[in-house]
Amino acid sequence: MKPISELKVAARIESLPALVQSVTESARDYGFDSKLSAIELVLEEAFVNICNYSYPEGEGVAEIKCSLRDGRFIIEMADYGVPFDITSLPDPDTSKDISGRSVGGLGIFFIRKMTDYVRYERKANKNVLSLAVGLSER
Amino acid sequence: MEISERKEGNVLVVSVKGKMDAVTAPEFDKQFEGWTAAGESAFVVNFSGLEYISSAGLRSVLASAKQLKAGSGRLLFAGLRGPVREVFELSGFYSIFQIFDLEADALKKME
Repeated sequence: MKPISELKVAARIESLPALVQSVTESARDYGFDSKLSAIELVLEEAFVNICNYSYPEGEGVAEIKCSLRDGRFIIEMADYGVPFDITSLPDPDTSKDISGRSVGGLGIFFIRKMTDYVRYERKANKNVLSLAVGLSER
Repeated sequence: MEISERKEGNVLVVSVKGKMDAVTAPEFDKQFEGWTAAGESAFVVNFSGLEYISSAGLRSVLASAKQLKAGSGRLLFAGLRGPVREVFELSGFYSIFQIFDLEADALKKME
């Protein structure tokens, strides 16, 4: 399957605006206008996770490919950092009050809620996360 | 993200526009620390101009609330819409905070 866009960025928070711009532009071009907020949210949560945890020893890169599969917008995000499966994290307890709440785990929770599916694979020395956003209401 | 503030009696009304994401949320934290350091303890945060919030933005919202709670301050929200409202609802934040459709209603609650 031919990607509709490919991007390689430094795995730093400062890369986020350019990344969001590029990916949401692709999504708009392919008719996902109604899903831009969901796409931005899952993109940010997955990317920030790489920035914060993938390269504890220093700086690395993230590779982001967008494609279409079965009518869904697929974001494939890869990094060369330590093996880490974000999909293995449990959902947060969303019922606690202010003093008991933390925001740990909310990122993957939003990813699960906003995608049709999310898949993690360890391929050679890469973490590869695939996020699939469909057009139907969730 | 654009932040503006004005005083209504004892209440600081803070309007946030644009995006509260991993890049911009630290700016909100900084402003909020400045306001509490200056003695402000009653806030109405108007999010009617906010188009987007992520878990990084929620982290700032929660940190602000915890800081205020420690000093018995108050923090009410108004005007959440679209994706911002959806993210508040999904995360359970909609039920742990006092949220009003209109800024005027939040101000009335502060009286």
